[in-house]
Amino acid sequence: MTDLLPRPTTRTRSRAPRPVLEDRINRRGSLEPREPGRPRRSLVVALVLACATLMTLDQVGGADGGSPVDPLRRLVGEVYGPLEAGVDGVLSPVIAVPSWLRDHHDLAADINRLESENDQLRSELATSDYDRNRLQEYDDLTATAESIGYALVPARVVGIGPAQSFSRTVTIDAGSRAGLAPDMTVVNGDGLVGRVLRVTSTTATVLLVVDADSTVGGRVGRSMKVGFLHGRGDLGQTARLDLELVDQTYVPAVGETVVTWGSQDGAPYVSGVPVGRVDSVYSSLRETTQRAVIQPFVDFSALDVVGVVVPSGTLSDRGVIEADGSLR
Amino acid sequence: MTPLLPAPRALVAFVAVSVALVLQASLFSHLSVQGVVPNLVLLVVVAAALVHGSEVGLVLGFGAGLLLDLAPPADHIAGRWALALMVVGYVAGRLTSSGKPRVGQWLGVAAACSFVGTSVFALTGVLLRDPAVGIGELLRVEVVSLAWDVALAVVVVPLVIGLFARVEPDRVLA
Repeated sequence: MTDLLPRPTTRTRSRAPRPVLEDRINRRGSLEPREPGRPRRSLVVALVLACATLMTLDQVGGADGGSPVDPLRRLVGEVYGPLEAGVDGVLSPVIAVPSWLRDHHDLAADINRLESENDQLRSELATSDYDRNRLQEYDDLTATAESIGYALVPARVVGIGPAQSFSRTVTIDAGSRAGLAPDMTVVNGDGLVGRVLRVTSTTATVLLVVDADSTVGGRVGRSMKVGFLHGRGDLGQTARLDLELVDQTYVPAVGETVVTWGSQDGAPYVSGVPVGRVDSVYSSLRETTQRAVIQPFVDFSALDVVGVVVPSGTLSDRGVIEADGSLR
Repeated sequence: MTPLLPAPRALVAFVAVSVALVLQASLFSHLSVQGVVPNLVLLVVVAAALVHGSEVGLVLGFGAGLLLDLAPPADHIAGRWALALMVVGYVAGRLTSSGKPRVGQWLGVAAACSFVGTSVFALTGVLLRDPAVGIGELLRVEVVSLAWDVALAVVVVPLVIGLFARVEPDRVLA
C-alpha cells in the first residue's frame, strides 16, 4: 500500500499538461484556447441527439404507417440511385471479364450438362399430363370400388388387340398371381369395361363390352327393366351398345342410365356397375321389339387404369382396393 | 473563428464520401465475401479525422453516416450509421498523435475504427431489434468486415489523406 500511494501524484502531474477540450476560463482567469481539431462538447451532444432523434423517428413511424424519414430517403435515393446504377453499368462488363476467361473444356462440359438437363426437363414436361391423368384414374378407381361395393385389383392396360382381328380385347398387367381368374368383371373410374377371358400368371385378356360377341345383362336404372346389351365392335367416340329389352312394350327414355344386371356368383358380371346411358330408342314394327342405343360411359379408345372385381379378401401380389376405398 | 468545414474541404469530403458510397454499393457488391463488403465510407471518415482532427471527423462521420443510412440499398433505421460513423470520426481523431501519421499508426487506427464502427452499428441494431440477428452472426460479419477494411485501408486511407493535403496543404494537422 505504501508503494501505491505516490503513484496518483505522478499521474496527476502527467495529466496536468493534457490539453483541455474546450475554450474555458482557467483558474487564473484567462481564456484557454481549446486544442484545434477537438470537438466542442455542445457539438457532440447536438449530433448524438440528432442521431437519437432520427432513430426514434424512423423506429416509431408516422401516423400513416410510413416513416417520417421516408421522404428524405426518397430524396437521397433519387440522387444516389442513378449514380449507383450508372457506375454499375460501367463496371459490370469489367467485372464480368473473369467469367469470359474459361477454356473450351469448361464450356463443353457446360453444354453437356445443360443439354442433359434440358432433356430431363422436356421429358418431365411431356409426361406431366400423363402422370396427372394416371393419378386421376387411380382416384376414380378408388371411388368406383366404394360406389359399386366390390374389392378391386388395379391393373394397367398394356396391349390392345388389333382391329383386324375383329375382336375387341385388351391385355392388362395383372394375372393369376394378382388373384385374377376368368369371368371376372373389369371396370374403371367411369363404368363397366368388360370381363376377363383368360389369365396367365402375370397378365389377363379382357373382352371389352363393345366387342361384337359380348353380351351383358343390363338393367335400365329407373324402371328396373332388364335386357341384353350387345356390342357393335367399334371403339372410340362412336362406340355404342344395343340394348334389347325383355319387356317389349317398355320404351326407355333418352338419358336413362343402364347398369349391369348381374349374374350368378358375380360371374362374368357383377350387378350394379354403370354401363352407359340411353342415347336413342328405335321401335321395330316387324320384330315388335324396342331397341335402345346405349352410349357407354367408358372411353374404350383411351383405356389405361382399370380395376378387376375380385372377392373381398383375395390374395394378391399387389394392393387391393377394398370396397370401403381402403388399400390393402 | 474559422468555419469548421471551409468550402474546398467540404467539397472534397462530400465528393470522397459520395464516391466511396457509390463504389461500395455497385463495385464491391460484386466482390463481397459472404455478403460483406468493405466499408469505404468509414475509411474516408477515418482518413479525414486523421488529417483534420476529431471535430471534423465527428461532423463528417455524422454526414457520411446519414448518407449511408438514406442511400438506396439501405433499409435499416436511419441514424444508425450516422451514430456509428460519428463515433468512428471522433475516435480516429483522438487516436492520432500530432506529427505526420505513420503507416503503422493509421493502419491500426483504421482497424480499430472499423471494429468500433461495425460494433456500434451492430449494437444499435440489437438494441432496436432492427434486423434481429444473433450475436454469432454479428461476430462473423464483424470479423470479415474488419479484414476487408484493413485490406482496403492500405489503399484508401493514403489516397484520401493525400487528397485532403492537396486541397489545403497549410491546414493539415499532421
